[in-house]
Amino acid sequence: MHKAFSALLSWVFARYPVEKPWNEHMAQYYTPKNLNFWYYFGSLSILVLVIQIVTGIWLTMFYKPDAELAFASIEFIMRDVEWGWFIRYMHTVGASAFFIIIYLHMFKALLYGSYKEPRELLWINGVLIYLVLMGIAFTGYMLPWGQMSYWGAQVIVNLFQTIPIIGPDLVIWIRGDFLISDATLTRFYALHIVALPLVLFLLVFMHIVALHAVGSNNPDGVEIKEKKDKTGKPLDGIPFHPYFTVKDLVGFGVFLIAFFAIIFFIPDGGGYFLEKPNYEPANPLVTPDHIAPLWFFTAWYTVLRAVPDPFLGVVAMFGAVLILFLLPWLDRNPIKSIRYRSDLHKFNIAVFAFTFLVLSYLGTQPPEPFLGEMGLRFSLVYFLFFFVIWFHSQPRSRVFSYAAFVLLVGLYTIYDYLRLETREVQLIMMSWLIPTGYLALCLLGPLFTRLNEEKPVPDRVTS
Amino acid sequence: MNRLLMLLLVWIFLVPGAAFAAGPSVPLDAVKVNVHDRDALQRGAKLFAGYCMACHSAQYMRYTHVARDLGWSAEEMRENFLFTRNQAGDPTPMGDMMQAAISDKDAVEWFGVVPPDLTLSARLYGEDWMYTFLRSFYLDESRPLGVNNSVFASIGMPHPLWELQGYQEKVGYENKRPVFELTQPGGLSPEEYDSVVQDLVTFMTYLAEPIKLQRESIGPWVLLFLAGLTFLFYLLKKEYWKDVH
Repeated sequence: MHKAFSALLSWVFARYPVEKPWNEHMAQYYTPKNLNFWYYFGSLSILVLVIQIVTGIWLTMFYKPDAELAFASIEFIMRDVEWGWFIRYMHTVGASAFFIIIYLHMFKALLYGSYKEPRELLWINGVLIYLVLMGIAFTGYMLPWGQMSYWGAQVIVNLFQTIPIIGPDLVIWIRGDFLISDATLTRFYALHIVALPLVLFLLVFMHIVALHAVGSNNPDGVEIKEKKDKTGKPLDGIPFHPYFTVKDLVGFGVFLIAFFAIIFFIPDGGGYFLEKPNYEPANPLVTPDHIAPLWFFTAWYTVLRAVPDPFLGVVAMFGAVLILFLLPWLDRNPIKSIRYRSDLHKFNIAVFAFTFLVLSYLGTQPPEPFLGEMGLRFSLVYFLFFFVIWFHSQPRSRVFSYAAFVLLVGLYTIYDYLRLETREVQLIMMSWLIPTGYLALCLLGPLFTRLNEEKPVPDRVTS
Repeated sequence: MNRLLMLLLVWIFLVPGAAFAAGPSVPLDAVKVNVHDRDALQRGAKLFAGYCMACHSAQYMRYTHVARDLGWSAEEMRENFLFTRNQAGDPTPMGDMMQAAISDKDAVEWFGVVPPDLTLSARLYGEDWMYTFLRSFYLDESRPLGVNNSVFASIGMPHPLWELQGYQEKVGYENKRPVFELTQPGGLSPEEYDSVVQDLVTFMTYLAEPIKLQRESIGPWVLLFLAGLTFLFYLLKKEYWKDVH
């Protein structure tokens, strides 16, 4: 019996190289041994992808992509399908979990300079994955055909209307109708369950291929491939399997505890994972009081609303996402890891994270003057971050530092001067301090303090 | 660090006035809802069938589900909850969706609109809103039906529970909260009425998400299993990583 089995195996192996990809990506893929907490989110995103695919397949068995039937079919899944509620909650909570994980995964890259040479394409590929993910989330959010599905889609599709000349026709082409309707629902369904997931798969596959070609970065930002033993194995590397497969299992366990705690106890995530207005069927004649996109879009939504001109707002919003592509060429500092970068750089990264949280929060709130003004200031800080990270690439001269500071502050101060209205003078002047203080510290700080001093990078990974 | 401090100061200094500008225009009264209280659910269900379903449907829910979850037999359902007949004139089958007694055509003729479906109201508006809403009808001669609601302005329905609560008038405001005065007492005292509304909201909370009855009791077991599994994974990891220095 055993003999017959091994004969069968060698018959297969002679025809299909089972062990080759296994060795290349698992058993002989050398991974830095010092990976920390932040490195769980890569494998976790694969786990969530699998959860989304499996639960998604089951949902398609019961969901009806029809404007007349969609809403009721969701309630059918929640009430009449055996364990349908469980599958659907896994899918809706999974969507938010996906974004939480992806944001933390991207933040990891920011912390440890994982987008720098030789990982530029890996980073670009990752940003593309993020874009496709946003497309999937947006098309998927429309499917329940509730009020927020409908009006959220209305707002986002109408963004394209602001494009000069072709805008109006483009929007009709996207919707397949003169308003969001059954035609829009069915095409979004096709995009959500087939087209975009296929693209996502391809990109994820390329992401892993690219990663395993250049090797994983690590919290020290040291290239482990540069220090090898006599047999050609990296001194600070250990095989992905079994070391990281078992380590990631622990991460999976912890994640699943949090994931199922939400599913069983607060499945609507306090109104953030499932928005309350979406419990009312779509009604083209009644606009909800307050339209807010799902939480993972709200940062970009704030950028959109911060700019008074609709088209420029759309440009700013897309610019805010697309500027991420340029990161490898903006941050030219040779030190990868934040551990050995200056205090000012650490501060800059902290401000960026804080800014993203503030923008996300503001996007959930109605555009009332104070919050609107904060939205504008923090949108500005968001973009200034990318200038500052470029500025910190190398030591800058006194003249250049002052010139950059005066120019940038001058630009938005002129804008502020033009929009000064008697009622909001105090607000504008107070909030002017936010980007100005940020720039003063980051651009002029190195001239007066030792905050911009960097630390020597070790030869080998630490710990 | 300086900037962070400054920012913090700006936020502490400026935010409070603004952060609470949003939200419902009328402060809501909090209600405690326990969907696991079967007696409250049954009382609420009777109220729902008696006072709401004449005009409102709960079309995403089946009678059989209510019977199963509230522990009512078929006879008890007919006694307490399912009174309607279908178009053929036969008693509505238990497997049917919960439709309103009134037809859409009659509803449009009498009220100008089809009354909204109530299956998901508790999730749409929230428990506190429902509780406050059902206690906030007041007499208003300017309205066609003679009543208005301080939570739902210019409402197009009469006070469904008037015979329980009676009629009240809005006499003023206290801390943005409307103050009512009972001018025509109903069949219940104000305290009894509040408790009846609480039962009704309890049933509607269940109606909006029936699985709430089960999922909260399945959850701990799932988490317990996962905690054990994660602990095993942790031991496995520790064992494998013993030789990594």
